[in-house]
Amino acid sequence: MNAQLNVVVDTVGVADATPDEKQPYAELGLAEDEYARIREILGRRPTQSELAMYSIMWSEHCSYKSSKVHLRQFGQKNPKTPRLLAGIGENAGVVAIDDHLAVTFKVESHNHPSFVEPKQGAATGVGGIIRDIIAMGARPVAVMDSLRFGELDHPDTGRVLPGVVEGVGHYGNCVGLPNIGGETFFDPCYQGNPLVNALSVGVLPRERLQSMQASGVGNVVILLGAKTGRDGIGGVSVLASATFSEDDDSDSRPSVQVGDPFTEKLLIESCLELFDAGLVVGIQDLGGAGLTCALSETAAAGDGGMHVDLELVPLRAHGMEPHDILASESQERMLAIVAPANVEQVLARARRWGLLATAIGEVTDSGRLVVDYHGQTVVDVPPASLADEGPVYHRPIAEPNDLGLIAVDRAETLPRPAADEEIRQTVLDMAASPNLCDKGWITEQYDSSVFGNTVLGAPHDAGVVRLDERTGVGIALALDGNGRYARLDPYTGAQLALAEAYRNVAVTGATPIAVSDCLNFGSPEDPHVMWQFERAVTGIADACQKLGIPVTGGNVSFYNQTGREAIHPTPVIGVLGVIDDVARRIPLGLGRTGDTIALIGTTGEELSGSEWAWAMHRHLGGVPPKVDLDHEMKLAELFARLASTEQLAAAHDLSEGGLAQALVEAICHSGMGANILLPEGADPFTYLFSESTGRVLVVIPRGQELAVRSACEQRGLPITPLGVVDANTDGLHLRDHFDIGRAELEAAWKGRIGAALGE
Amino acid sequence: MARVVVDVMLKSEILDPQGEAVLGALPRLGVTDVNSVRIGKRVEIEFDDSVTNAEEQSQIIADQLLANPVIENFTVSVPDGNAA
Amino acid sequence: MSARIGIVTFPGSLDDRDAARAVRLGGAEPVPLWHDDAVLRSVDAVFLPGGFSYGDALRCGAIARFSEVMGLVRDAAGRGMPVLGVCNGFQVLCESHLLPGALVRNAHLRYRNRPARLRVESADTAWTSAYAPGAEVVFPAKHGEGRYVADEAVLDRLEANGQVVFRYLDNPNGAMRDIAGIANEAGNVVGLMPHPEHAVEALTGPSTDGLGVVASVLAAVHANRTYDEPHQTEGAAR
Repeated sequence: MNAQLNVVVDTVGVADATPDEKQPYAELGLAEDEYARIREILGRRPTQSELAMYSIMWSEHCSYKSSKVHLRQFGQKNPKTPRLLAGIGENAGVVAIDDHLAVTFKVESHNHPSFVEPKQGAATGVGGIIRDIIAMGARPVAVMDSLRFGELDHPDTGRVLPGVVEGVGHYGNCVGLPNIGGETFFDPCYQGNPLVNALSVGVLPRERLQSMQASGVGNVVILLGAKTGRDGIGGVSVLASATFSEDDDSDSRPSVQVGDPFTEKLLIESCLELFDAGLVVGIQDLGGAGLTCALSETAAAGDGGMHVDLELVPLRAHGMEPHDILASESQERMLAIVAPANVEQVLARARRWGLLATAIGEVTDSGRLVVDYHGQTVVDVPPASLADEGPVYHRPIAEPNDLGLIAVDRAETLPRPAADEEIRQTVLDMAASPNLCDKGWITEQYDSSVFGNTVLGAPHDAGVVRLDERTGVGIALALDGNGRYARLDPYTGAQLALAEAYRNVAVTGATPIAVSDCLNFGSPEDPHVMWQFERAVTGIADACQKLGIPVTGGNVSFYNQTGREAIHPTPVIGVLGVIDDVARRIPLGLGRTGDTIALIGTTGEELSGSEWAWAMHRHLGGVPPKVDLDHEMKLAELFARLASTEQLAAAHDLSEGGLAQALVEAICHSGMGANILLPEGADPFTYLFSESTGRVLVVIPRGQELAVRSACEQRGLPITPLGVVDANTDGLHLRDHFDIGRAELEAAWKGRIGAALGE
Repeated sequence: MARVVVDVMLKSEILDPQGEAVLGALPRLGVTDVNSVRIGKRVEIEFDDSVTNAEEQSQIIADQLLANPVIENFTVSVPDGNAA
Repeated sequence: MSARIGIVTFPGSLDDRDAARAVRLGGAEPVPLWHDDAVLRSVDAVFLPGGFSYGDALRCGAIARFSEVMGLVRDAAGRGMPVLGVCNGFQVLCESHLLPGALVRNAHLRYRNRPARLRVESADTAWTSAYAPGAEVVFPAKHGEGRYVADEAVLDRLEANGQVVFRYLDNPNGAMRDIAGIANEAGNVVGLMPHPEHAVEALTGPSTDGLGVVASVLAAVHANRTYDEPHQTEGAAR
């Protein structure tokens, strides 16, 4: 490993002596004025290592420079709630569940890496979000995934989808976290930009909450976990020292990171032991920006100074230069700040788990982040200039020109099936469409039961996890998005996604308490995209204010576009709810013979942006369904009540595909039959396929009909009886119209994905 | 029969969790003087006797199917005594 | 006194907490055992849980075989102590040659998670005596490498000796002769791929059939404790 010493290292001294040396800042993605500002901050030119660090920390990904001015709305509009223990700016938001327990959760994207190398890209996405949860002091207890691909039948989807699913599954399964749900959508706009959004949730005793502060002068900086390799350092390859010759692979600077869930599992167990023993002052995960980010953020959050000896970092690859080590995105690493007296204990506990742990530096009061490499100083910067004082852009915003045209191109004018036989066939065709069909091919590849606390998983509206076996307290989580609605109207579309996730949590009987969002958009340099972004953020912030639940964190993913073609704006919203006793959760299904099937909510003629318009006509136009947040809040309150009094046998939120699809899913899931009579005067097609929001299919046990009806009426919620559950009815009986046997329904609904992938 | 062997290995800079785990286990067997273990795949392809460009075809098979060029390298070889 | 059932945690074990819960709900006392400690802590039986021990590198269960605790488990099994391996635990038992055969990649090449309907083929083992022979049970099956294989002679011998303990009614992985679980000749060591410890509560599992496994070993432990090992010997083995 002496090779490193032969490399001429660009030290602070060298930088001082050679102020005019040309530096590849533009290749590193830094604008000219950004480079000038770095020189101004340092009072000299940056060293190569410093240049690498600024280019990483001031990137869109790390600095949120285009989104920051808009994301401020979350902080400004967030409702005040005593539940919020840590919010935006932390690794993940933390909310109190009761006097003892808190929960932390976050959704994050790993879109581009999942297109390049689907399995590893998706796997490391899951790994990354899990470490955010650990960094808050929590034990991760579940994951969810929101996936978007191009057309199901496109050849490249046959490459991307199985790889992504294998990656999500492999990582989650091996690290031992149940996957409790999510969503999968197909649309041509995601062909070159699949979206892989992963959510993780963890639980902690409230007093175990951790911070990322590197405080306490003299405290030791310890790197935990995997060795550092060349993973993902493609970005800084322009800094490769000319004096260093490569004798390795032709492509020795890969942009792909490989995840190792086994090491992650050891990290989880080790870190939790360290937290419980009170051995850690501060902790931070090493995410996309590796040591650069972890060192500068912990130093900036703490006493402001840190000294690191970079040659102490255990390396996996030969010939890594200082900027490589600082930029590496090698996975499964954490940075811990530990009092000197506890260092031996920390190292010993890590060793017991077979985990590498190395002291690499210490906290100082210098106000500077100083990094030495074999005794030579390669970095000497104010840490806040990296972590907190990055550039902020007010990007131009312009409403897309085509919006007016799209709005008048309403799906309500499309030809509709009229005859019973045509409507019957539409039910089957819709059930078999890629977005509505059974996702069992995907969810069967995920462990859903490890930990033994999964009360509801896929395909229920929300995942429900028990947190405490003695009290039965638990959480519900839903993850939803709809790019089509957001394309038609990003403000309303974002609110529709939030309302759906909120409702999905509510119908299990849980009370929604917090939000995490993953905002997937095209290029921020496109004013039209920026307009979509601003509208979507405003929509979410306004709705959260109204619903009284705060946004606790999340992530922005820009540049999801192929050439000039951006994806549909796709805000994906995770909503967390709390339920006092998971035994009283309301599942998906049909209950028992004789139970009443009813619909809560109002069905209007809302077909624009619907699955029907897309699946049957390839049509996207008009204005999306209306959102009524007052109504959603009443629904949530109603379901929390009906769950606690155990007056519902089952419930299912109506979303894409409307009532028809909700019935198909309830029938296929339960194995029972549904005897349905549509209300007098209702147009069967509209009633079955409209996507009016705020509607829930409920199953009421015999004897509870009056109580449920009066509970709805008290809250001003319309409820319409639709029929009865009957084990002797084969599938769906729509009186006066048609029958579809269960075998025929299942044949249409199941197997579509496997068949498209040649299985 | 023409037999061609394709060895597929992760690129040297790509993390090999399997190899790392095996390396970590070696001390349990009393072996302590190993620096690195990396695990790959060996693929044996047998062509019809009539095939004359087995090696060339194997290159294509390896490049397009057996190896993932994003993370893996491969070598194609013809074992001794084999008229490929 | 309640039976003490040791649950081994290897690095990468995942279902160890679930195994402990099942043991507790079944009326026995779960006792954590650490892979790297050569002590069995006076347990009456051992449960090797599911997961990915040592990352399942090379072959599932291959590295766990060399752990400190497995040496003791092997000896104790030889003396008749009940040992159960579930999923990765089953793989560890096969790699350790405590059970014949091997578990290889599912025939369909994917990890699959589905409730599995099983028939209890033998109630003559330490872990299945509480079931009626031929009883149908439902345990979750979730694995990528659970296809049981062995050569024909071994399979014939297993069948003839009544060592096939659980058989799939809908074979999820291509296992030979639909085998989901087997026992050693003495019937004290049992391995199966599906997870009885995930079928112990109606709230979280597809059934509560898994409690029968704990009930069985409780009966076996109470009937015969002669394989108890004196504490000193354990200490000396370190």
